[in-house]
Amino acid sequence: MSVLTENRAVPLGRLTVVELRKLADTRAGFWLLLIIGLATVGTSAILLGWAEDAEQTFSGFFLFGLVPSAVLLPVLGILSVTSEWSQRTALTTFTLVPARSRVMLAKLAAGVLIAIAATVATGLLAAVANLIAGPLGGDASWTLDSSLIWQSLLLQVIFVLMGIGFGAMLLNTPLAIVIYFALPTVWTVIGEIVTKLAEAAKWLDLNVTSQALSEADATGGEYARLAVSTALWVIVPLVFGFIRVLRREVS
Amino acid sequence: MIEVEHLTKRYGGQLAVDDVSFTCEPGTVTGFLGPNGAGKSTTMRMICGLTPPTSGGATVDGVPYRRLGNPGRKVGVLLDASAQHAGRTGREILALAAITMGLDTARIPERLAKVGLDKTAARRRLRGYSLGMRQRLGLAYAMLGDPAVLILDEPANGLDPEGIFWMRGLLRGFADRGGTVLLSSHLLREVEAVADRLVVIGNGRILVQGGKDQLLGEAGTLVRAADPAELDSLLQSMGITGSRSADGSMLVPSDPQTIGKAAAAAGVVLLELRPAGAGGLEEMFLRLTGNGHGDSKLEEVTR
Repeated sequence: MSVLTENRAVPLGRLTVVELRKLADTRAGFWLLLIIGLATVGTSAILLGWAEDAEQTFSGFFLFGLVPSAVLLPVLGILSVTSEWSQRTALTTFTLVPARSRVMLAKLAAGVLIAIAATVATGLLAAVANLIAGPLGGDASWTLDSSLIWQSLLLQVIFVLMGIGFGAMLLNTPLAIVIYFALPTVWTVIGEIVTKLAEAAKWLDLNVTSQALSEADATGGEYARLAVSTALWVIVPLVFGFIRVLRREVS
Repeated sequence: MIEVEHLTKRYGGQLAVDDVSFTCEPGTVTGFLGPNGAGKSTTMRMICGLTPPTSGGATVDGVPYRRLGNPGRKVGVLLDASAQHAGRTGREILALAAITMGLDTARIPERLAKVGLDKTAARRRLRGYSLGMRQRLGLAYAMLGDPAVLILDEPANGLDPEGIFWMRGLLRGFADRGGTVLLSSHLLREVEAVADRLVVIGNGRILVQGGKDQLLGEAGTLVRAADPAELDSLLQSMGITGSRSADGSMLVPSDPQTIGKAAAAAGVVLLELRPAGAGGLEEMFLRLTGNGHGDSKLEEVTR
């Protein structure tokens, strides 16, 4: 290492490598990833064993296979931020990298990368399942609307970032996980019960607006609603979370 | 080189750190002494940019910590050895630090061996580490980037006597090679043997600071009289204020000859009369920081 590079700020790429590694190098992270992998295999097994033959298509395996990672990857995102505080690693993390915003950006980058990796891995698994489905009498067709690939990926990224946002905003593992899962559901229920809120829910309920991404060729209107609800559920928590992490005293 | 200038931290109405200034020169070990809650940790966190000061500032090699791009290569920091993920192995904790600093992870086994952690320990998760092992890992962590400055908060905590002896040697060698060490402790004995300079803090304020030898020399005289009341009135007539310790002896800010002569002239029987030395420093430290002596005593000894 030359003298020149010694005092330059730690590059974001290197920090992202570190943050990716931190996702998997603890027991909690490792098991969470393993469970996501096993559950994804499980989705294929369920379809192969119990679904109608006509549903056993590549797109069927792929879309159902994304459910476990869509549900559990955000928890990994939450842990990536909250564990810094619950395990008190923030002390060493921010001592080595005083620019806290760079650490947070690296966490976001690691979250996006893990979402991409999960989507790709699910695609590969779906392909294998589809190959098995053919001889077993399944439909086994390979048609997958290309829009679904990008929309699925977008959905995964949105949920992971939402997890990181909730984690950063609350900085407490159990609280962040509970609120992450409960709050949107509560909001959905309220939106359905209170008729006055029904119109608002169409724009602000991520559970509703994100459904458009599960069907091919989402429309401009659907994207607009998704954008509004994403701003509320992802951008707002991220902004507040960033401010909180940057300001909070580390001890 | 660490320069601390008028560092102050206020939490609500409470002054946790009050106008603290000191300098740590290369080639020296500075012992930062004070009881728990005196403001040592807060001061160190402010030096490391983790806690924003209310006023004042600190620099390492002339640069505020937060502006050091890759601080791990300049300053080794150990503020809390237990502040690591319980589920990570010792080796992994060092690997993350090495990658962050842009260093080859190949140096890790050797660094772990240097602090006395073997291969089994390296593979164990931190939750299975004793406090002493955590401190050793923390020292390896702090020294991983080959920094020229070390900032260590209570590193002797949890180390056995042999471990403390080993750590002294490590830090002495580091300073003798030109390094700067700032080392905190609430026990004078722990740092006395290795420190060149002492900074004593109590209630957020610096009570006394200086070279260790100088402070030892100024520690005063220990005197014990057959009749403590006679000694009290003698000291009073001399205009000297001493401080009494539990065994009835007095620590007085004067030299043995002066006290001895005055006692002889006044006919006060002395049972003990000697330079307080290291014991005096301990005594002074206990009084400065101590329990049950009250603030008035504290004022007496600090003037």
